[in-house]
Amino acid sequence: MVIFGIDLVLLISALMISATPVLLAAVGEAVVEKSGVLNLGVEGMMITGAVIGFIFAVNTQIPIYGFICAAIAGALLSVLFAVLTQYIMSNQVATGLGLTMVGLGLSALIGKPYEGIKSPTLSKIEIPILSDIPILGPMIFSHDAIVYFSVILVATVAYVINRTHVGLVLRAVGENQEAAHALGYKVVRIRFLAIMFGGAAAGIGGAYISLARVPQWTEGMTAGAGWIALAIVVFASWKPWRVLLGAYLFGGITVLQLNLQAIGVAIPVEILSMSPYLVTIVVLVGISLFGHHTAPGSLARPFHASQ
Amino acid sequence: MKFKSVLSGVLLAFGFGTVAFAADVKVGFVYVGPVGDYGWTYEHNEGRLAVEEHFGDRVETIYQESVAYGADAERVINTMAMQGADLIFTTSFGYMDPTLSAAKKFPNVKFEHATGFKLADNVSTYSGRFYEGRAIQGHIAGKMTKTNKIGYIGSYPIPEVVRGINSAYLHAKKVNPDVEFNIIWIYTWFDPAKEADAAKALIDQGADVILQHTDSTAPQAAAQQAGNVISFGQASDMADYKPFPRVSSIIDDWAPYYIARTQAVLDGTWESTATWDGIGPGMVSIGEITDAVPADVKAEALAMRDAIADGSYHPFTGPIKKQDGSDWLAAGETADDGTLLGMKFYVEGITGKIPE
Repeated sequence: MVIFGIDLVLLISALMISATPVLLAAVGEAVVEKSGVLNLGVEGMMITGAVIGFIFAVNTQIPIYGFICAAIAGALLSVLFAVLTQYIMSNQVATGLGLTMVGLGLSALIGKPYEGIKSPTLSKIEIPILSDIPILGPMIFSHDAIVYFSVILVATVAYVINRTHVGLVLRAVGENQEAAHALGYKVVRIRFLAIMFGGAAAGIGGAYISLARVPQWTEGMTAGAGWIALAIVVFASWKPWRVLLGAYLFGGITVLQLNLQAIGVAIPVEILSMSPYLVTIVVLVGISLFGHHTAPGSLARPFHASQ
Repeated sequence: MKFKSVLSGVLLAFGFGTVAFAADVKVGFVYVGPVGDYGWTYEHNEGRLAVEEHFGDRVETIYQESVAYGADAERVINTMAMQGADLIFTTSFGYMDPTLSAAKKFPNVKFEHATGFKLADNVSTYSGRFYEGRAIQGHIAGKMTKTNKIGYIGSYPIPEVVRGINSAYLHAKKVNPDVEFNIIWIYTWFDPAKEADAAKALIDQGADVILQHTDSTAPQAAAQQAGNVISFGQASDMADYKPFPRVSSIIDDWAPYYIARTQAVLDGTWESTATWDGIGPGMVSIGEITDAVPADVKAEALAMRDAIADGSYHPFTGPIKKQDGSDWLAAGETADDGTLLGMKFYVEGITGKIPE
């Protein structure tokens, strides 16, 4: 399947890997925002996950421990945000930005001794039978465990939010916090858990960069992936499957522009390099102009039971 | 007046203290990446450590890592000068104008700018003839590629990088007429994620040799993951990836230069110069060629290294045409340094355009 000199099988396989960090962070943030909280600290939680995951994977030589510790680290960092915004009622935007700065600084500090070290990498898991399907097999069914995990996570989140009681409560809290409170739901507690889920997902996403995609640790290596994740949540209108679509679209353009450069397509390199960001901006503008405004009703609004 | 005498005693002690402990010369280093890149910045820092070891207490060194181009760079350079640095090495091409602007403000401080071409009374330039090493890489790459596709990760389209591509291409083409170069520009010296993505895209496009002109070891890791791809250490040996995928490397050795220039400041003999040294003087060296390279290819590569070192062979020896088909060098003619330093064109056979 070669189109214009680009092998589609390799392209799609590469874009799934390239999109996985952003996908994980974005699906976590979608849950956070569905509960009515805006956490702009995704970048900080990702980079923390990247460094912690790397440190544990290197020391234990078992990558999966790295991912577990990255999830815990991301969740712990998000607890800081949750306590500040949910109990001390600090401003969510400012606190989120602060969280990003803390994460970037802290990770640079604790990661210093780990620069230039090799990490154990994840092995590919060829899914029996499915990976033998021509074209589709090597394209979709021969990846490492985290790629599958990210897709399963999207499916689970989509199911829970849309089809279960827990999801209904989460959405109620996000849409109308006063009404949910009046019905007796613990708004702050639910949001606290949602924030931690978002932190854990971002942590795993970050660890995927340092343990699978690169695989190395260097300070600032997430390079803005957290911000892209935030944009993708809006792009997806807070719908989990659309988050997957958005992340793969972004990852696809990133990989495609490199491939186009490699085969020497006569498009200026500058335009190719900025195309993923350009497309993201265009789509976001399009959505805010023509799309349905589907942001959760209580998004980023502070809540206190006394109000 | 007991208090006063105590005070003056303290001041005296303090004054003597600073005289006793202060180094004669303070040397500053501005780095584009982290010391832990195990590439370009790592080698500059090795040079700094060599200065410290050579001079001991007579010289103090300071450094700053990951300094962004532009206003940040100028601020860092100014701060170093204000902290009393007598000699400042700015170790990346993009620091050229910030270095010159700081040099104007601090006429008594000596500046050394790596890989640039602008001089001033208190600004020297220095660089290695990395294209000499690229010629050897090109030879090995051309001999070893099975797909005849060689992937090249470029940082910025500046003469230094273009020169390396041309040199590698000419020597790959010489031993393998079917060879083809795929070039990706990523517009950064150091971003492991981007470097890894670029390496993977090139491998996906069929390249089985990866040449990089960026500073991290991420492309080496990508080559290792792919399994059947060879790579070359850039700026540093990148020995962690020996013997395969990394089959050889270009190593920059800045230590002798840094020691000589620091000595010149100590002696008061420092003058503005433009240094451009290659394999011969030892500023560029070729890292171990591993056994993954066939013995005959290895012998040829080593012979080329020696010929370049003793001056009997110049990597840019005519006949060479430019990409547009016009003549550049006649048969037997060698390129002059001026043309090489300003090289903004590909040689004949390379497809694609140099971004403006």
